Amino acid sequence: MTERTLAVVSAGLSQPSSTRLLADKLATATVARLADEGVTTRVVTYELRDYAQDVMNNMLTGFANPRLEEVIEAVTAADGLIAVSPIFTTSYSGLFKSFFDVIDNRSLTDQPVLIGATAGTARHSLALDYAMRPMFTYLHAVVVPTSVFAASEDWGTGDGGRIDSRVQTLPARIERAAGELSALVARSDRSSRVRDPFELPADFNPAGMFPPR
Amino acid sequence: MQFGIFTVGDLTTDPTTGQTPTEHDRIKAMLTIAQKAEEVGLDVFAAGEHHNPPFVPSSPTTMLGYIAAKTERIILSTATTLITTNDPVKIAEDFAMLQHIADGRVDLTLGRGNTGPVYPWFGQDIRQGIPLALENYALLRRLWREDYVDWEGQFRTPLQGFQSTPRPLNGVPPFVWHGSIRSPEIAEQAAYYGDGFFSNHIFWPASHTAKMVKYYRNRFEHYGHGTAAQAIVGLGGQVFMSKNSQDAKREFRPYFDNAPVYGNGPSMEEFTSQTPLTVGSPQEVIDRTLGFRDYVGDYQRQLWLMDHAGLPLATVLKQLDILGEEVVPVLRREFAKNRPADVPDGPTHESLRLAAERSSSPAAAASGVRDDLDTAGAIAPHRRATGAAFGLAGAGKTGA
Repeated sequence: MTERTLAVVSAGLSQPSSTRLLADKLATATVARLADEGVTTRVVTYELRDYAQDVMNNMLTGFANPRLEEVIEAVTAADGLIAVSPIFTTSYSGLFKSFFDVIDNRSLTDQPVLIGATAGTARHSLALDYAMRPMFTYLHAVVVPTSVFAASEDWGTGDGGRIDSRVQTLPARIERAAGELSALVARSDRSSRVRDPFELPADFNPAGMFPPR
Repeated sequence: MQFGIFTVGDLTTDPTTGQTPTEHDRIKAMLTIAQKAEEVGLDVFAAGEHHNPPFVPSSPTTMLGYIAAKTERIILSTATTLITTNDPVKIAEDFAMLQHIADGRVDLTLGRGNTGPVYPWFGQDIRQGIPLALENYALLRRLWREDYVDWEGQFRTPLQGFQSTPRPLNGVPPFVWHGSIRSPEIAEQAAYYGDGFFSNHIFWPASHTAKMVKYYRNRFEHYGHGTAAQAIVGLGGQVFMSKNSQDAKREFRPYFDNAPVYGNGPSMEEFTSQTPLTVGSPQEVIDRTLGFRDYVGDYQRQLWLMDHAGLPLATVLKQLDILGEEVVPVLRREFAKNRPADVPDGPTHESLRLAAERSSSPAAAASGVRDDLDTAGAIAPHRRATGAAFGLAGAGKTGA
């Protein structure tokens, strides 16, 4: 049976956190879609709140301590990533950004990513597309077309009979996004890649690059 | 093995008094510290190079030239010399000059520099950091080894028939360490030439340093300069000592908490457990330092950062007394135990000069060992013999 690894990063701060709740719903839906295709999924979930001091120490010292290093390893080596942040002051939270600031900016290249966000009202929903999506695009991750935003009121909607209406409910959006992510995760070989941190570029010449070969 | 200190020359307010030394005071303090290093029996004093406040040492060879005149024995080195933004021609000239003034007591550690604006200030592009380090060093090496150089590269004006003066003392270029914290390219470069590799692991976890040094050692062997165990390794370190461990912690904590590099970040306890920083008794420093050998192997040079973060001169001099009297003598003894006979000592002008003589002998010429591409051949003890040993070294080279 095929196996894949799915990393989930939630930047929610409160306990319980609706951001974590959304992250879990996205993960559960993705795992179910992968199971339909015969893929077993190992899910690793991280609440950034638990690593807030480690992230800030990394910013100040320039290196990740062993605790944070483990998280970074797991997230960057996963076949797919679900990243969810609360929206604060028109954008993802500072903690969310800080985490992605301290990881190597090449380490998410090609990674399938599903982005999600929570906020009090739906008026913040575009933050996913003007802030979070460009951030992952900069990192050369592959962000699935559907991003999932949950305002407080969304937690009171069902999908009874509204799937085909013009207003997509939260469960319907989760399903569509999970379908998009699972299709990419199923094809990913990221978690089985052997990464050599000492690998040099093919044209590397220790005596200098001139004249070009 | 060589023991010494290095300074970055930061001008930092003493957090316990609120006093900030003047540039003049700080520069004079560094000169005092260097002379003290010799007095307490250390082998190396190394100065950083910076081009922005709060750092004062922008002209290392000027400073080291003065120290050369005031000392007799200590090796004068750098930590680091910017190979990216300095003209390699000027490095060749400055350090050859210093070598003559200091009767050979000179080597240098090359680094790329970690201050972004320094690159554009000197007309370079930080994105070319690695290519600059590779090309500039390739030229520097030739300037010291060839009397007349024709050269063209990507970054600097071409040269036709250029001779760098003065020529290196006794025809023996200063030994070069390549310093890097995280770039395998630089470890590769050091290995390629058989030069030294210096890992300043004061801000990074030991596990990381262990991997970098292992990579360098394996590549050193790959390029045929000797076995991996014979590669030339230097380490940075950072200590603060007091007879009583608790006193050391209490005294150093305000400096740690406000230090420019890691201040306001992790606690001193977290940082000492994650990096080689040791704050405690001389015995704790001895134990920790001896532990470095467990993950980098037998090495050639240990330097400590002692005068930073606003520590007053009197405190630094007291630290150097402890280092020279209680720590380094024990380390010399303990590091010598079980050290394989074929692991070279730290390089000196004298050891390089003797090696150059040997490699110009008929036996060496027959073996095909090329001094210009094989710095370490110089100091590897197994090549002090003639005949078969040289043959072996030569055979290793053909595989490269």
